[in-house]
Amino acid sequence: MATQLVMYEEEFSKINAVCDRLTKDANAKVVFLVDKNGQLISAAGQTQNIDTTSLASLTAGNVAAMGGLAKLIGENEFPNQFHEGARDSLYMTIVGSRVVLVVIFDNRTSLGLVRLRIKKASDELSKIFDALLKKTESPGMGSPFAEISDDDIDNLFSE
Amino acid sequence: MSFINYSSREINCKIVYYGPGLCGKTTNLQYIYNKTNPETKGKLISLSTETDRTLFFDFLPLSLGEIRGFKTRFHLYTVPGQVFYDASRKLILKGVDGVVFVADSQMERMEANIESLDNLRTNLAEQGYDLNKVPFVVQYNKRDLPNAVSVDELHKALNHRNVPEFQAVAPTGVGVFDTLKMVAKLVLTELRKGQ
Ligand SMILES: Nc1nc2c(ncn2[C@@H]2O[C@H](COP(=O)(O)OP(=O)(O)OP(=O)(O)O)[C@@H](O)[C@H]2O)c(=O)[nH]1
Ligand SMILES: [Mg+2]
Repeated sequence: MATQLVMYEEEFSKINAVCDRLTKDANAKVVFLVDKNGQLISAAGQTQNIDTTSLASLTAGNVAAMGGLAKLIGENEFPNQFHEGARDSLYMTIVGSRVVLVVIFDNRTSLGLVRLRIKKASDELSKIFDALLKKTESPGMGSPFAEISDDDIDNLFSE
Repeated sequence: MSFINYSSREINCKIVYYGPGLCGKTTNLQYIYNKTNPETKGKLISLSTETDRTLFFDFLPLSLGEIRGFKTRFHLYTVPGQVFYDASRKLILKGVDGVVFVADSQMERMEANIESLDNLRTNLAEQGYDLNKVPFVVQYNKRDLPNAVSVDELHKALNHRNVPEFQAVAPTGVGVFDTLKMVAKLVLTELRKGQ
């Protein structure tokens, strides 16, 4: 069983900064980062009209399904996917086998530029997640929920 | 596998509704969706066939409130129950924190229930989980039907671990929230134990 994903202030702001910069550098509409289990980690750009929670879950479903297909034909996974729409297009890249970077863009930019910028961002993110994983596994990083009581849990359901 | 974000002070957990085809998994999520406040839920996404059978999954995000300053979010998923969708079921179990097994109480679905429970055990084991250890709840659905077998019999066939069990009629909501609350509780209790 893989370890739980835990996000700390320091790494979180670094990750957000990478996503923000990628949005600008690639001239993209939206950038978001999703954990392979469907949890949204970060979103940057014009996210106002997008249901990011649904997007995260569907991205994870898509990556999981494509991963299953890859294994059927003897590949480990398909690290990059590109989907072209009439107006907006979508590019997704698996980062460090744990998270998925998704970029949505239109004709104000080009696939070439987007690809190039994603490559750089993905290397940076990969390093941040490695550090995060080390931190999570280091001793003394217990669950913040170790202290919760039965009452805390019951209160959640008392409405 | 829950996701704890110290920065935004959120915790996300994944709950999967499992069970044989047509047992009422999607109906559970639809009822929950229809009865919760707009501010606590997101969209209900259903990837289904033209005949409303689940093809890949249903997904419903729910916020349950705060515990010690952390917002608790639950992501509810259903699997496709039809036997031949096994590859999809495996994918959906990835990273699961808690499981609800929805059984179909009808006599003629007894075998399908048992098969589905076996399949759950196998698929969890493939991901490194032990069905005897994960937060787990059993729901006996379709209690309104005349051919429903007794709860005692269902218990003997499907609840060896003796986990919390609930009788339900999903379309009218009987037992639906009790089931959800119990599994959420078990997931949070598990979190308390840490990794
Ligand atoms: N009478 C009765 N019908 C039910 C009950 N629960 C679900 N149904 C009906 O059973 C049918 C199948 O329900 P679904 O929720 O789609 O079943 P499912 O488990 O999601 O099925 P798959 O997606 O194929 O795995 C629907 O017509 C429901 O209305 C119940 O408690 N009583
Ligand atoms: Mg269904």
